[in-house]
Amino acid sequence: MRLIFEKSINGRKGVRLPKLDVPEQSDLPQALRRRKKASLPEVAELDVVRHFTHLSQRNIGIDTHFYPLGSCTMKYNPKICEEIANLRGFRELHPLMPLINPNLVQGALEVIYEAERQLCEITGMDAFTLQPLAGAHGELTGLLLITAFHKYHKHNKRYIIVPDSSHGTNPASAAMCGYEVIVIPTGKDGCMDLNLFKEKLSDEVAAVMLTCPNTLGLFNPHIKEIAELAHKAGALMYYDGANLNAIMGKLRPGDVGFDVVHLNLHKTFATPHGGGGPGAGPVGVKKTLEPFLPIPRVKKDNQGFILEENAPLSIGKVTAFYGNYGVVLKAYAYILLLGKEGLIKASEHAVLNANYVRARLKGHYEIPYDRVCMHECVVSAIKQARKGVHALDIAKALIDKGFHPPTMYFPAIVKEALMIEPTETESKQTLDAFIEAMIDIARLAEEAPEAVKQAPLTTPVGRVDEVRAARRPILKYLPRFYEEE
Amino acid sequence: MNIPQDLLYTKEHEWIKIEGNKGKVGITDYAQSALGDVTFVELPEVGQKVKQFEPFASVESVKSVSDVYAPMSGTVVEANERLEQSPELINQSPYEEGWIATIEIANLAERENLLTPEAYKRYLEEEA
Repeated sequence: MRLIFEKSINGRKGVRLPKLDVPEQSDLPQALRRRKKASLPEVAELDVVRHFTHLSQRNIGIDTHFYPLGSCTMKYNPKICEEIANLRGFRELHPLMPLINPNLVQGALEVIYEAERQLCEITGMDAFTLQPLAGAHGELTGLLLITAFHKYHKHNKRYIIVPDSSHGTNPASAAMCGYEVIVIPTGKDGCMDLNLFKEKLSDEVAAVMLTCPNTLGLFNPHIKEIAELAHKAGALMYYDGANLNAIMGKLRPGDVGFDVVHLNLHKTFATPHGGGGPGAGPVGVKKTLEPFLPIPRVKKDNQGFILEENAPLSIGKVTAFYGNYGVVLKAYAYILLLGKEGLIKASEHAVLNANYVRARLKGHYEIPYDRVCMHECVVSAIKQARKGVHALDIAKALIDKGFHPPTMYFPAIVKEALMIEPTETESKQTLDAFIEAMIDIARLAEEAPEAVKQAPLTTPVGRVDEVRAARRPILKYLPRFYEEE
Repeated sequence: MNIPQDLLYTKEHEWIKIEGNKGKVGITDYAQSALGDVTFVELPEVGQKVKQFEPFASVESVKSVSDVYAPMSGTVVEANERLEQSPELINQSPYEEGWIATIEIANLAERENLLTPEAYKRYLEEEA
């Protein structure tokens, strides 16, 4: 398929601008103006429509394919939530309106206020900020809050504890805030080694960051004990909410001792996730941390909803305005759509589906931590690797069978990991078809490993040269480069 | 799996070649094969102090990013700058051209904490 740049014809236009009927004027200094015209593609409107429609038809997404990307919760995005976010009253809101005249945007402010209340109820926290734009941004915000808290109380803190199964963004956020990271290995039960944790815990630890259930899809039964020990040492408990989809209505992080949580609305609360977002990573805190939350916050007084900026201890803004408002709105609609019972059922079915996949793949693939899992299961292609068929090859072969591959090579502590998260929205028929495909690939890996290594054969582009792409990335259109190739 | 006799090893799959009070450091053949094609190496700075078994560099492959741990404490005196342009040297020649850094060793007694070639070989077999 040709790039839109290659479809360019000199002088072709999609729109004709009216003649300039005012004197041409620009205050832009000469030095900042481009000397050559920008080389933009010159195409007609219909060219653009066809180009992007064709591209979209080649896309693999949740609306077209089973998408079991582990630790990502690629669940179906109900269309009614899109419809609500598209209502004119929401869509055409100006973000400065609440400052100009809050009386004209009471409904919009109420959505923020109520969404915060709902997330508090679901997680057992006391207050939320909806500003962070994604999970990693939420983590950074959470750690800035923790840092502000310790600084205010004049605690001398140097370390953040994470298990070796944690998302890479956990230690990265900790390092961004100036902490040294202590990594605790995973024990035989697939959870953070409790004895090593006790050994490393000291009064210099600022926080313990845990994903619960963890990235192996396993629930840590010692969670309360860990929280108690951490609190005794003066450390806060941080909950990475990537896997909240497993426990909604079953366990509230706030009830077992977590002080700060981030959620991924684009995961658990079914807002669109692909293509890099936009996402939303709200952060919830216990009362003791509330004064540090970003401003502005939506408060309710007897006049209605207002924006409150007066918070002397606040860490300030972490983004412009109020976060990805449209994403919050869709998540709010989703929560109302499912209700309390619906959310509980969603978690139950997500866990059931993952265990069904795990149980049926057992024997065909190695299951490294073989016990009842939560909303995702991790299998290993170690058996297939002996025949030269690696997790990557199995992922590619799945594409030919009509499935988006699961997460691979994560968590890093499992060799040849394939991490499968079916989510609650998939039927037994779809799960069976996926399982049959996985079993068939395992059989092929035994009988004809070379065939698996050829996959995918059905896609417009087969195996791409990932190594070359990583070593020599080309990030913009270079006509000469394509001619040479 | 190639395990040269004249090197000492760590459980994190680094090797060190001790000559006088200096040690050349890299990752093992096993490590490069487990990582797959290396796409980027984050080298340590010359003059940087390193501590035994603490990370001082990282290697990135298509699959993941891994820390490289210092086999012994000391000061970095040289980094293999060829790796900036040619990270594939780690795959092609992990023990020779793919070396990562040379350190001036602070305490030679730390070598007692390292694995001999025989011990590293046994360790790999147990791991498998």
